[in-house]
Amino acid sequence: MQDFGAAFAEAFRLIVSGDAALMEIVLLSLRVTFTAVFFACLIGLPLGAALAVGRFPGRGAITVFVNALMGLPPVVVGLVVYMMLSAAGPLGVLQLLYTPTAMVIAQTILVTPIVAALTRQVVADLNAEYDEYLRSLYLPRGRMMATLLWDARHSLLTAALAGLGRAFAEVGAVMIVGGNINHVTRVMTTAIALETSRGELALALGLGIILVVMSVTINAALMSVRHTAERHVHA
Amino acid sequence: MRDLPVDGDVSGNAAGPRRRDGETLPVVLDQVGYAARDAALIGDLSLTLEGADVTVLMGPNGAGKSLTLRLIAGLLKPTSGTIRWAGRETPLRHSVGLVFQRPVMLRRTVRANLDHALAAYGVPRGARAERIAHLLSLAQLEDRGERPARVLSAGEQQRLSMVRALAADPDLLLLDEPTASLDPQSTAIIEGLVHRAADAGVKTVLVTHQRGQARRMAGEVAFIHRGRLTEVTPARRFFDRPQSDAARAYMAGELLV
Repeated sequence: MQDFGAAFAEAFRLIVSGDAALMEIVLLSLRVTFTAVFFACLIGLPLGAALAVGRFPGRGAITVFVNALMGLPPVVVGLVVYMMLSAAGPLGVLQLLYTPTAMVIAQTILVTPIVAALTRQVVADLNAEYDEYLRSLYLPRGRMMATLLWDARHSLLTAALAGLGRAFAEVGAVMIVGGNINHVTRVMTTAIALETSRGELALALGLGIILVVMSVTINAALMSVRHTAERHVHA
Repeated sequence: MRDLPVDGDVSGNAAGPRRRDGETLPVVLDQVGYAARDAALIGDLSLTLEGADVTVLMGPNGAGKSLTLRLIAGLLKPTSGTIRWAGRETPLRHSVGLVFQRPVMLRRTVRANLDHALAAYGVPRGARAERIAHLLSLAQLEDRGERPARVLSAGEQQRLSMVRALAADPDLLLLDEPTASLDPQSTAIIEGLVHRAADAGVKTVLVTHQRGQARRMAGEVAFIHRGRLTEVTPARRFFDRPQSDAARAYMAGELLV
């Protein structure tokens, strides 16, 4: 217990002193996670809206597929991205393996199905209310989707948050494609795994505390933005 | 209803009425039927809509009035028979304005609701502010422009819905019980807008259960019972003596099954 106490004390010291190594890991984690969620939203929002509003063959099968991908095992995604980016893989020429870009790619693949599936549900619910009115305006599908996405923007924040949670907590895929290289691809989750295995509990705990606090803070901030914005629209 | 000056048409389009007879009207329903899940909901319905008066669709609940309105709007395709809009197989874009019993309000401000509709109708961005001001004034919602549309009262929402439909400068206005459960003031404003539209040459089809309103508004009455049109009669004659047994029973307050 004394070791744990000392580890906690050291962890708080690292956080309060703004330890350079710790901050480097935190900032890289934020950069990778937010970039991945940004690209996941860029793909997942229109994809989800298209699945909700579109009428095309195979829509049901694609919806089932996207829903199934929500539970995609991160290590499998990591393995597939590794094979694609490795020197012998089809994208090996890009030399992206063991770079933050590779980690962004892996996390984007993991997060996109979550954003798309939740978007599909939210937009489908709203479309049930808007459908006849929008059709009476003769809006093309693209404009319909844009209207629905805009009006569902507050609910869709939850989809982005779910994606953010997944990306923040993810360790398997980024470990495989990033390699957990110090000063290059070491992020909070991979650093926690490494430091724990090495018995360096202080840094692991410090990162763990920051990870939890950041996760809660970002969620709280975005939920607050959502409630404020909803009050403005719905009063 | 205040007497508001209108430049151009009822929607505030300074260019004046866009089109009238010959482009959407007459709407001809020829032996139209509509079935869903093997149940015939509309059967053998023939009706011609023309002119600029108000055709009131009456009939008991579940008779098929709202369904008929959606068929006329082109939102549903008949499963038998044909509908022609001035001879065309589909109505011209934005030539039909539709107001639902429960107004659909976008999760935006009142002004943004109108702006969205005007953008859909192809009104250039620069011309929208003036049109919106005119439409807000028609609906007597000048002081509500920046409020979220969904927090308006039911009457205010329906007035917004009404001017939003008129913003397209339609040839044909389809109203599905627009004043059900509204107070007399909002009802009067909406009826005033319908009269104004009729004066501008817009043909209106109004579904209503309110006999007083039907008497005030109708040029002719089409009575539907069990998905079938039992009669189309000039309003005065209909209210003096309906031609069909079903309409007579309905007007006498008898239960129709």
